[in-house]
Amino acid sequence: MTGYIFKRLISAIPVLLGISVIVFLIMAMIPGDPATAILGSYATPENVEKLNRDLGLDKPLVQRYFIWLGNMLQGDFGRSFALNRDVLDEVFERFSATLVLAGTSFIFCAFFGILAGVISASRQYSIVDKAITSAVLVGISIPSFFLGMMLILIFSVQLRWFPVSGMWPIYGARDLSALLSHLAMPAFALAVVATGVIARLSRSAMLEVLRQDFIRTARAKGVPERSVVWRHALRAAMVSIIPVLGIQAGFVLSGAVYIEMVFQWPGIGRMLVDAILKRDILLVQGGVVFVAACYVLFNIVVDIAQSILDPRIKT
Amino acid sequence: MKLLNLSRRALLAAGAATILALSPFTVGAQTPSDVLVIGQIAEPKALDPAAVTAVNDFRILMNVYDGLVRYKDGTLEVEPSLATSWDISDDGKTYTFNLREGVKFHDGSAFNADAVKFNFDRMLDENHPYHNTGPFPLSFFFSAVESVEAVNDTTVRFTLNEPYAPFLSNLAYPTGLIVSPSAVEKHGSEFGRNPSGTGAFKFAEWRSNEAVVVEANPEHWDGAPKLQAAVFRPITDANTRTAEMLAGGIDLMVEVPPVSLSEFQGNSYTVHEQAGPHVWFLILNAKEGPFADVRVRQAANYAINKEAIVNDVLEGTAAVAAGPTPPAFAWAYNESLEPYPYDPDKARALLSEAGAEGAELTFYVTEGGSGMLDPVAMGTAIQADLKAVGLDVKIETYEWNTFLGEVNPGLEGKADMAEMAWMTNDPDTLPFLALRTAAWPEQGGFNSGYYSNPKVDELLEAARRSTDQAERARLYQEMQVIVQEDAPWVFVANWKQNAVTSDRVDGFSLQPSFFLLLDDVVKQ
Repeated sequence: MTGYIFKRLISAIPVLLGISVIVFLIMAMIPGDPATAILGSYATPENVEKLNRDLGLDKPLVQRYFIWLGNMLQGDFGRSFALNRDVLDEVFERFSATLVLAGTSFIFCAFFGILAGVISASRQYSIVDKAITSAVLVGISIPSFFLGMMLILIFSVQLRWFPVSGMWPIYGARDLSALLSHLAMPAFALAVVATGVIARLSRSAMLEVLRQDFIRTARAKGVPERSVVWRHALRAAMVSIIPVLGIQAGFVLSGAVYIEMVFQWPGIGRMLVDAILKRDILLVQGGVVFVAACYVLFNIVVDIAQSILDPRIKT
Repeated sequence: MKLLNLSRRALLAAGAATILALSPFTVGAQTPSDVLVIGQIAEPKALDPAAVTAVNDFRILMNVYDGLVRYKDGTLEVEPSLATSWDISDDGKTYTFNLREGVKFHDGSAFNADAVKFNFDRMLDENHPYHNTGPFPLSFFFSAVESVEAVNDTTVRFTLNEPYAPFLSNLAYPTGLIVSPSAVEKHGSEFGRNPSGTGAFKFAEWRSNEAVVVEANPEHWDGAPKLQAAVFRPITDANTRTAEMLAGGIDLMVEVPPVSLSEFQGNSYTVHEQAGPHVWFLILNAKEGPFADVRVRQAANYAINKEAIVNDVLEGTAAVAAGPTPPAFAWAYNESLEPYPYDPDKARALLSEAGAEGAELTFYVTEGGSGMLDPVAMGTAIQADLKAVGLDVKIETYEWNTFLGEVNPGLEGKADMAEMAWMTNDPDTLPFLALRTAAWPEQGGFNSGYYSNPKVDELLEAARRSTDQAERARLYQEMQVIVQEDAPWVFVANWKQNAVTSDRVDGFSLQPSFFLLLDDVVKQ
């Protein structure tokens, strides 16, 4: 097992190196440089050259890459030009905010998605099924940022139930209820599409299972219908639902970018958008490498967990 | 799989509990009294005035720091601040400032001549021990400064390497604000997050991506502010900012999008407007192609319906520009200047006289950028106006940074016209950098359309050397008449900055400098 883990970790190194090269080259190739972005109207060639020298951007590309890589390997991701702050501090802070938002959203969409799918499948063609199916269709079709703006208009501006934006109140206690009131609308807006997708796929997975012989046998043996659906059928259907959950987890995390913009959630998506617009090279590079490393690590953990659960995978 | 054993009733109960748990938050949308919450457009970069360039950051800095001089309320003329008076030598190269006595920085250290010297040496001298707390992108504002000398505790002398009239207004600009040397020594490169100045508000707290909080400085030399505190919240999305204002989450909102202004009609809100030192124009390529002929350049000025652009495209958030100098520089502006009227017939006549009917033109348009207002819609309107007088304009659109990379090196061989906008703090800056012959792109200037008139060059050089404001005003006014006649640009619009306050806020007014001053603001 240790050998397997070691092998997986080694295999992650070229992946991460590749990502670092790609993100570095993209930032080097996109038009516009940080000095021009910082100086704006005052970007004379002379001023740009001087500022580039101060920022260490006058060195050749290859040299810059290796300086960056060398520093990063020692845990120094550099300083953001636009925020004048350590890249790693900023990335940690913003990524945890994203995890709170995306995590809540994911729990919401997994729970309600599966619930809706199962109910709808167990009463195929009933009124309930039709209602859920149409609600799901609407949910899948609404762009999340539009839904976000509508939620703000209704629940913040008109009803004043929830705050418009941010993660914490400007004044007052930073407790769970304060967080929840800020979290409710963005998490809901982010979850709606994924909930719809999960509901649809859960429904079809359940329908398939419900037609199988063992279900008929269970019913013939007099097992109560509730138990047939929730215990026998759902357990079998989970085999095809779980991979969908995995895909939707990625979808929720990437969808957080729009939602973070609309609700001004201080997460990493908003950070990257701002950083790209300001040509904040080190922050973009550091942020992307960090997120990529998290994904790679997450995949390794999942693989390892799977290999523990299913010894056949150990290769 | 415990979940699966739950009964349907239990699930319903769980769902209801979730909804109940969320709904009773009747949010305290009302912000506390005496604390002003301001909706800003972005997170500040740093609170170190020497290190930042954005108006967004200046809005905070102007309340935390003072400079040697400042702009008089409602104008762009300088008046004493930390310096109580000054003398300028006859050759215009030595400025001696007498400093205000008994002023202390928020960290308790004393403000004196050594502190002033420290500030400018830090920015300008590469060997200064704290020069590494930069970079200082706007330090060239003071590139004329050769040396700074603390004559005694309350007298400081600047020696310039050449007469440079904009020096005083540059000192009033945020780059000239005075920071506490002992705070810089204590915090080093983290000073930008631990600022200390002499201003009406002192820094209290910076919660990343949430808010910067400043509190009243009761010992301010100019009187304590009336507010207890001000909170600057970064809300980058304009729609969200509008919603926060409507929901009562902020008391003051800056840079309201033109389309949202209608939301704030009625008694609950006050909309503030103030024209600023901004000009939006089209650079015309005077070196080659149709615009090399002055009659074609004038024709373009007559053909474009500027009234329609400011009223319909910009919803009244700008005024029609008459010449290269914005009227906000009241002392240097030539009141007799009338904008080119909208006169397509005259434009057609001039075009046929110049033999330029049906000319094909390439027009660089940007998608958006600092001070560019609504560049795509404005560019399209201009294209249509020029088509109506028989000019065939082809638009090429670029992202802002790319656009600057195309336009700043000059339009020769690429384009006939390009959009541009500038916001400056002295009437010298824009014409000096963008209209002189010596400012053609290959010499490091911004005269991307290669305009050249020896008389204008002479006037601008003389205005920069003179230290007499009346004399400078006369020179700038003469320059404006010539430039308007020569039409190196199409003069389009002067942006009016706007802000909205709730009915709980009193005593607020916008400044032509576009800075946000809060010392007289009251909140119920």
